[in-house]
Amino acid sequence: MTIYIPTPLRVYTGGQEAVDMDAPTVAAALDRLTEAHPELRKHLFTPEGKVRAFVNLYLNDDDVRYLPGKEATAVTAADSLSIIPSIAGGASPAGQTAQGRKGRTTQSTERTGTHAYDY
Amino acid sequence: MPTITEAAALPELSTDDLSRYSRHLILPEVGTEGQRRIKAARVLCVGTGGLGSPLAFYLAAAGIGTLGLVDFDVVDASNLQRQIIHSTKDIGRKKLDSAEEKLTALNPAIKIVKHDTMLSSANALQIMKDYDIVADGTDNFPTRYLVNDACVLLGKPNVYGSIFRFEGQASVFATEAGPCYRCLYPEPPPPGLVPSCAEGGVLGILPGLVGVIQATEVIKLILGKGDSLVGRLLLVDALNMRFRELKLRKNPDCPVCGTNPTVTALIDYEHFCGIVPETPQEKNVKNGIPQLTVKQLKARRDAGEDIFLLDVREPYEYQIAQIGGTLIPQNDVPNRLAEIPRDREIIVHCRSGARSQKIAELLKQSGYKDVVNVAGGILAWADEIDPSVQKY
Repeated sequence: MTIYIPTPLRVYTGGQEAVDMDAPTVAAALDRLTEAHPELRKHLFTPEGKVRAFVNLYLNDDDVRYLPGKEATAVTAADSLSIIPSIAGGASPAGQTAQGRKGRTTQSTERTGTHAYDY
Repeated sequence: MPTITEAAALPELSTDDLSRYSRHLILPEVGTEGQRRIKAARVLCVGTGGLGSPLAFYLAAAGIGTLGLVDFDVVDASNLQRQIIHSTKDIGRKKLDSAEEKLTALNPAIKIVKHDTMLSSANALQIMKDYDIVADGTDNFPTRYLVNDACVLLGKPNVYGSIFRFEGQASVFATEAGPCYRCLYPEPPPPGLVPSCAEGGVLGILPGLVGVIQATEVIKLILGKGDSLVGRLLLVDALNMRFRELKLRKNPDCPVCGTNPTVTALIDYEHFCGIVPETPQEKNVKNGIPQLTVKQLKARRDAGEDIFLLDVREPYEYQIAQIGGTLIPQNDVPNRLAEIPRDREIIVHCRSGARSQKIAELLKQSGYKDVVNVAGGILAWADEIDPSVQKY
């Protein structure tokens, strides 16, 4: 199957927009993807192995959360898996860009690894 | 949507309206009644920036009767690459005033309502209650969740658009049948993980593309025509010029719009998004790294002190502006530690102070004893020390 990597995560896949994975299920494909690109793992999963709440996985056009088999759903080479993270851009850099600049954060950097998308 | 359904209650079109909107009037999907609905509509644009510019422009052109604008910001030169409602002469002016001038020039018949404030839990319901539709053109997670929750609580549709670099998302949330933003993303990412456009950059045309999609959805909701983006997330990839859509579902367990909601009033969204106010002490030391102000750096240089200033930006940034640091781009630092002396203080800087903080922490973990971060980076230097240093 083809896994589409969104812009913010491409830094962990050597800039690749799409990665082909030969795997029987969604979970197996993600395991192989994160084995090949270990830094990606902590951005997609919590330490308990759950998909993070600000990341959505879509098998073709459907949210994996609502598939009967969820991440155990069987896949073929013709399927595509899209990783859709939340993005917030829209107004002005001088405006309401409160995130991470106006105050300190309650979460430590360890929770999410390095702030590698911080430009 | 609480629009006026009785045609008799809709405002009449004036002679000027009939000529101005003639290309709408001959469309069967709009016609006289549709144009009267547009004239009766009250739409709130949250933000008059990248998304808000084209959104407000087209809504004004279309003849929206009452157009509310929320913004507290002033126009900056770096906005003009994409915020087309503002002009070079507006730099330093309030965005609301600049936007009002352009919109009134385009269509003097519409009513512009200016809300000169930052939307907050304290004022959102009060501001939003007088509108039929809210269009979200903000740029940060706390305001996104605030707009979403307020729309759900008030039962108003939230026409959503978001952009990052070359990618955009658009949808219509919080109509009774459809999902809300929290159904899609129950929680925000931790601060710092997803950069803003200021940090990640954005193609100037992209907010035009996405803002116009939002404007289209607003007009369709008013007319009650066509298939809206309710229940669909439209993904725009400008670099490859591909449009895709994903099915969205209403989450029955959603804390705001689910069957047993736990969020029944507006909350503290800064806290929800992991942001808490900075204390004075933390300004001086952050994650164990002392913070040096640009004024302190200047004073030490002026005193003739021989300092090791490490610039961790990219070479193209160095070409735009530099303040005499040794350039080692952040990703090269781990492999080039040999070039960074261990027996002296290392002062690290970047553009705004974020990357250099990260590298300062890395150096400390790598055994460097004395590492300091320049708070505010080269931007602060340009603002406070040397205005001839190019800001970017």
